[in-house]
Amino acid sequence: MTVEDWQYGGFGLYVHWPFCEAKCPYCDFNSHVTRQVDHGAWAEALVAELDRVADLSPGRVLRSIFFGGGTPSLMAVETVSAIIEQACKRWRPANDIEITLEANPRSVEADKFRGFRDAGVNRVSLGIQSLHDDDLKRLGRLHSASEARAAFDVARSVFDRVSFDLIYARQGQTLEAWRTELRDALSMAADHLSLYQLTIEPGTAFWERAERGGLRGLPDEDLAADMYELTQELTDIAGMPAYEVSNHAVPGAESRHNLIYWMGGDYAGIGPGAHGRLTLSGQCHVTEGWLSPARWLTEAQSGSGDRVFQPINIQDRVGELIMMGLRINDGLDMDRFDRMIPGLLNSVAVHDLVDEGFLMVDNNRLKATARGRLVLNSVVARLLPDD
Amino acid sequence: MSTPLSRIRNFSIVAHIDHGKSTLADRLIQMTGTVQDRDMKEQLLDAMDIERERGITIKANTVRIDYVAKDGEAYVLNLIDTPGHVDFAYEVSRSMRAVEGSLLVVDATQGVEAQTLANVYTAIDADHEIVPVLNKIDLPAAEPDRVREQIEDVIGIEAHDAVEISAKTGLGIPDVLEAIVTRLPAPKSGDPDAALVAMLVDSWYDPYLGVVVLVRIMDGTLKKGDQIKMMQTGAKYGVDRLGVFRPAMQDVKTLGPGEIGFFTASIKQVRDTKVGDTITHEKKGTDTPLPGFKPSVPVVFCGLFPVDTSDFEDLRDAIEKLALNDASFSYEMETSAALGFGFRCGFLGLLHLEVIRDRIEREYNIELITTAPSVIYHVYMKDGEMIELHNPADMPDMSKVDHLEEPRIKATILVPDEYLGDVLKLCQDRRGIQLDLTYAGPRAMVVYDLPLNEVVFDFYDRLKSVTKGYASFDYQMTEYREDALVKMQILVNDEPVDALSIMVHRDRAETRGRAMCEKLKDLIPRHMFKIPIQAAIGGKVIARETLSALRKDVTAKCYGGDASRKKKLLEKQKAGKKKMRQFGKVDIPQEAFISALKMDS
Ligand SMILES: Nc1nc2c(ncn2[C@@H]2O[C@H](COP(=O)(O)OP(=O)(O)OP(=O)(O)O)[C@@H](O)[C@H]2O)c(=O)[nH]1
Ligand SMILES: C[S@@+](CC[C@H](N)C(=O)[O-])C[C@H]1O[C@@H](n2cnc3c(N)ncnc32)[C@H](O)[C@@H]1O
Ligand code: SF4
Ligand SMILES: [Mg+2]
Repeated sequence: MTVEDWQYGGFGLYVHWPFCEAKCPYCDFNSHVTRQVDHGAWAEALVAELDRVADLSPGRVLRSIFFGGGTPSLMAVETVSAIIEQACKRWRPANDIEITLEANPRSVEADKFRGFRDAGVNRVSLGIQSLHDDDLKRLGRLHSASEARAAFDVARSVFDRVSFDLIYARQGQTLEAWRTELRDALSMAADHLSLYQLTIEPGTAFWERAERGGLRGLPDEDLAADMYELTQELTDIAGMPAYEVSNHAVPGAESRHNLIYWMGGDYAGIGPGAHGRLTLSGQCHVTEGWLSPARWLTEAQSGSGDRVFQPINIQDRVGELIMMGLRINDGLDMDRFDRMIPGLLNSVAVHDLVDEGFLMVDNNRLKATARGRLVLNSVVARLLPDD
Repeated sequence: MSTPLSRIRNFSIVAHIDHGKSTLADRLIQMTGTVQDRDMKEQLLDAMDIERERGITIKANTVRIDYVAKDGEAYVLNLIDTPGHVDFAYEVSRSMRAVEGSLLVVDATQGVEAQTLANVYTAIDADHEIVPVLNKIDLPAAEPDRVREQIEDVIGIEAHDAVEISAKTGLGIPDVLEAIVTRLPAPKSGDPDAALVAMLVDSWYDPYLGVVVLVRIMDGTLKKGDQIKMMQTGAKYGVDRLGVFRPAMQDVKTLGPGEIGFFTASIKQVRDTKVGDTITHEKKGTDTPLPGFKPSVPVVFCGLFPVDTSDFEDLRDAIEKLALNDASFSYEMETSAALGFGFRCGFLGLLHLEVIRDRIEREYNIELITTAPSVIYHVYMKDGEMIELHNPADMPDMSKVDHLEEPRIKATILVPDEYLGDVLKLCQDRRGIQLDLTYAGPRAMVVYDLPLNEVVFDFYDRLKSVTKGYASFDYQMTEYREDALVKMQILVNDEPVDALSIMVHRDRAETRGRAMCEKLKDLIPRHMFKIPIQAAIGGKVIARETLSALRKDVTAKCYGGDASRKKKLLEKQKAGKKKMRQFGKVDIPQEAFISALKMDS
């Protein structure tokens, strides 16, 4: 059997749970606040969707499952359990399958951790965001720093692998304040951390405020760059270097699921607004669920929750592989491009960017240098194939 | 059958911008029943899109209306509504040559402004009878008595019988009509049987009719089918169509002395007609032409380049079409090392420039880069030759130049006295020489001798901002005068950007150079490398800034669900670069070419 391109990255399942208790002002995820969720109907619909996709991709080895959101820790344990069970039935679970669930660090959710573990979840990612109460309030979070630490402790006692997220480069944050907070975070961290610089996304409450001239005190480009560099320095010292732009791990503890995205593997996406990449008879397809939870539910119940299911053209695919691949330390395999369609990688641009010190070639893998990673968007823009 | 002279009144409506000329024209047209009520709309005569959008008049318009006066007689009134903006002062002066009187409209809430004055002087030059009209008296802020006094003090014309009106509500309009008939003179003389003498007042291109010519008959009679001759150009034509504006075109058989109307005659281009020319019959024509008038000349020049270089031919087409209809706009091809192929265009002023640029962008869908506006310098070479310099990029080698002269203007500014200090400072900063300062009530009238170069760009904007909009401004060109002028180049990443070269006074060069470098540093986005930005005269750098390299440009979060969207953003980033101009390795956004020149203080 010949190797298909997606096998460079493997295959995983992403499940989107679109509900939250409150909408955070910076968040542009497909998340909604509703009073009532019919958990039974949702479980049924998600399992049906899983079956539909599994019919298209039989026999694959399933490396990972990721419950994302929204707030998947609000899912009924039975729903999580049913999905894991069905996934492992329909595909061939890897021996070391990674099953992650995103959780908000609140006590109500921590109470459910054992149930999730028993359902098969073996890794959680906690949205702690900040270790300061006033910042948490400003970020619109419902938990306090101490509640988050408590939830983290519960998580550590229940799961083998625990990660948490912080958002930095916040309003009024100084370099020194971040140094202290990050040191704190590193001292409590297990083996994985996601450290995101606050991004003001269109369509969010923060964006509106920024447009109206509010939201003062966000760091400028230079301070943001300093903060990023400091982050690399401190995480390196702590033995949790970056393996991706915003992700840090003790070597070996990387998120296997997320690596599928960055390495250009295939993933099934089920749930409202979930994206998937599925290679069918050698052609990569893009899938995308209906965004609105109500619409998705109705569509899923009547056959398919996908709003988009279409082949992706080779230029777009190459662009996406470059954009994703250069985010990780391993970079991208240049042979892979040659095997797809030789010449699609702009060799002149690659050469220039290597000369300028933004990229390097190592063992026929193309990687961003430390400098290149900080300006990766500009680097990738130069590499994107012309249309 | 032409109208007896005694029952014709020809007049222009003149005023400072926005004082209500076009609205008054509306009421005159409406109250005389020239246009049915249901066909009326506001500023009916402002037909061009740009006029309607900006609410201003750009092109003078003529309308013939019939009016039965209180004396029981039927009169023919020809009114010309004129633009108020200083850029189009030429429209006003030539319109006045075709008529015997003017309605001087003054906004009773604002009083006399700079163009009010300028218009009065032009009207006096044209030997006009002037009827002052105080408009907008419906507004609570109207002060007709104060303004009446001001007209007498500042302008020195009789104003006790100024007509008080509201062009908006129609109040006082019957009095205006009576004043036109009783206070404005009939055309002086004219014999329907004499040799034809007609003044070519204006001409424009109509896509259906070709060139339409507006004429005022001084003597003799013009008939459909006549063979005519333009005395200056010598061109001969047969009159195809003859008519008057009401304001729609209405055919007539003849036009006699004192009348104003139009004809068409298979004339191809507006350029084939000379405004101010005398038209007579080919046979038995007159020998004595009218004095004619000075043609309008472009005073502000800038380069127009297509953002997308492949639009060049479309741009040529657009410019040629617009020039067909606007003889005051000039163009010639220009090549810039930085911007490629484009056109060097001449305009009457900045508003005129803006209007043309707008039309090209909108009507022809071509995105443009506009380079720094400049004036015409006279460059005197050591060998005695004089070169007209339209473009700083063409400045000859200084070692061969003896001296330079630049155009100067006489600027009149009216301003409430609390802003006087700011206005004087602005004028001094712009190398002005004060000529006069007088007061009319709480307002000061300042007259300055200024270099046109310092005014064309952002003077008016600055004036408005330092006076919160309360100053008005008018100018006339006076003379060319020698001064210590130099060409300043801007180098970005060590490469000269010709489109950013400007002529500047030596004493101001360093300040300007520093300001431009600082501005450019803000306008040019950071690149992946650091970029020196320098201003230089000859080979000597006089100012320098460094734009530091881009430090951070990376998406924080990018997972499976983000891939499509984030990639689109990067594609946009890439496309955005394409829209900028590349100078060596540096991308400069279009707006930088203009914004870099703005002086904030
Ligand atoms: N309240 C009030 N507003 C008026 C009156 N006359 C004109 N206006 C308003 O003043 C503004 C300018 O009127 P226009 O008639 O366009 O002025 P204009 O003198 O023709 O302006 P330009 O041709 O641009 O020089 C418009 O908004 C009119 O509606 C009036 O008698 N009363
Ligand atoms: C899918 S989201 C939310 C997961 C979970 N609902 C929560 O809020 O903890 C995953 C992470 O993205 C990060 N994130 C979300 N919006 C962000 C933004 N605008 N800027 C930076 N990071 C953001 C947060 O750290 C968040 O924990
Ligand atoms: S950040 Fe998390 S909790 Fe907040 S709205 Fe977004 S998905 Fe929901
Ligand atoms: Mg008008």
